[in-house]
Amino acid sequence: MRTIKRSSWSIPYLIFMILFVVLPLLLIVIYAFQDNGGGFTFGNITKFFTDKDALSTFAVSIEVAIETTALCILIGYPAAWLLANKKYNRSAVTIVLFILPMWINALMRTLATAQLFTMFGVNLGKGTLLFGMVYDYLPFMIYPIYNILAKMDKSYAEAAEDLGATPWRAFWKVTVPLSMPGVTSGILMVFMPTVSTFAISEFLTNNKIKLFGTIIQENINSSMWNYGAALAFIMLIIIGITSLFSKEDEQVEGGLI
Amino acid sequence: MKKIFAKIYIWLILVILYAPLVFIAIFSFTESKVLGSWEGFSTSLYRNLLTGQMQGNASLLAAVKNTLLIAIIAALFSTLLGTVAAIGIHNLKGRRKKAMTFLNNIPMINPDIITGVSLFLLFVFLHVSQGYTSVILAHITFCTPYVVLSVMPKLQQMNPNIYEAALDLGATPGVALRKVLIPELKPGMISGFILAFTMSLDDFAVTFFTRGTIGLETLSTYIYTDARKGGLTPELRPLMTLIFLIILVLLIVINVRQARMNDKKAL
Repeated sequence: MRTIKRSSWSIPYLIFMILFVVLPLLLIVIYAFQDNGGGFTFGNITKFFTDKDALSTFAVSIEVAIETTALCILIGYPAAWLLANKKYNRSAVTIVLFILPMWINALMRTLATAQLFTMFGVNLGKGTLLFGMVYDYLPFMIYPIYNILAKMDKSYAEAAEDLGATPWRAFWKVTVPLSMPGVTSGILMVFMPTVSTFAISEFLTNNKIKLFGTIIQENINSSMWNYGAALAFIMLIIIGITSLFSKEDEQVEGGLI
Repeated sequence: MKKIFAKIYIWLILVILYAPLVFIAIFSFTESKVLGSWEGFSTSLYRNLLTGQMQGNASLLAAVKNTLLIAIIAALFSTLLGTVAAIGIHNLKGRRKKAMTFLNNIPMINPDIITGVSLFLLFVFLHVSQGYTSVILAHITFCTPYVVLSVMPKLQQMNPNIYEAALDLGATPGVALRKVLIPELKPGMISGFILAFTMSLDDFAVTFFTRGTIGLETLSTYIYTDARKGGLTPELRPLMTLIFLIILVLLIVINVRQARMNDKKAL
């Protein structure tokens, strides 16, 4: 070997990740099982399961996240399909138009949305929360599905139609199954962020509906680190479960431009 | 008929997506304190913003400066760290490669709040005082994986023999790196940098947890604090409108250039 092995170039990043990714996650677990004095305890976890408010917040968060994700698929899939279909959309500019708003600060957009609702006399609550969530995360659903659909070999669906399938049946039996990886990464990109968000729900419901992210934030900020860490630990477990369902997803696309 | 429905559907979504932005842009031309009340046409908010004489809080400009500074530094370091890491990971094999790829995926799967809380605990645990440094380190943490993912495909497309050939022809590893490897990886590094930069610009939750108590504000935390106090600084409206226009122009330029390049290739 004339040069140092280039595989060793991964070492700096390995050290960096151990320090800034692995250790911090371990700290969440450690703090979650510690009492104020630093002794081992299950107290923080049992506190969550006996805390009615926290439990109902948790349930509401999961519910909102599932509804948001479902709405994003329902609205986003047809949009992605139309965008990827040459018959309906010939310019790449339209897809850029869908991504463009994401560059504007999400909090500012959310606040403007809330203000628009107030102006038109809509009461801030569950409905406006769902609207705002879908509004914020829809591009994250459309983009991966569009990517898969645009690259997909059209001849599969055409073959199905040649063999006598109706266009509708060809769509459900061929196009949809082939595009599932896009849907899965869309779900990953929408579901977890919606469970954990806190600013968006505060603005869109005027603090009427609390989401799980908000109680984590409140506990950490009021120096209840151990309980906050325990709540974060519970969220970590959910992340583990959701990413198990999505298996090894294909490479996340680099570059949104 | 189908086509008309398709067009209506696409444009309906776009109208909804853009409504808040148009709303902000319209009300950037009136002086009112509250978003949504019209007090006659005026460009004074723009004047205030550009001269730095705010009606409300003057720290808005400082927040903008912080946001840009943090994003540039974090994106530069992420690009460097991520490119070196990608070369390393590309040359790993088997279990080690899998393990590194898995580690690299963690920050991308983790929601912001987990990244934020975990890093907050790290800085508390290590007794690192929180401020610029902790925020930049945190941003590098969640930006680097995207750089790795942007550079990786370029390494896979590259013919490994070119680099070896350069060495055989007498280039030192340093020269081969500069003349062969870097030019091949450049497009991936650039898109990684842009991705890292925008991720950093848009971040709220991670910054919120790692900025400490020294009063460091980025645009996101500024807006959050402002909104919780009730009432946004009016100058945010022209600022957002200007940012939007700048990005719009940039994207048009990039797309036109790309289209031209594709045309050339097609010839």
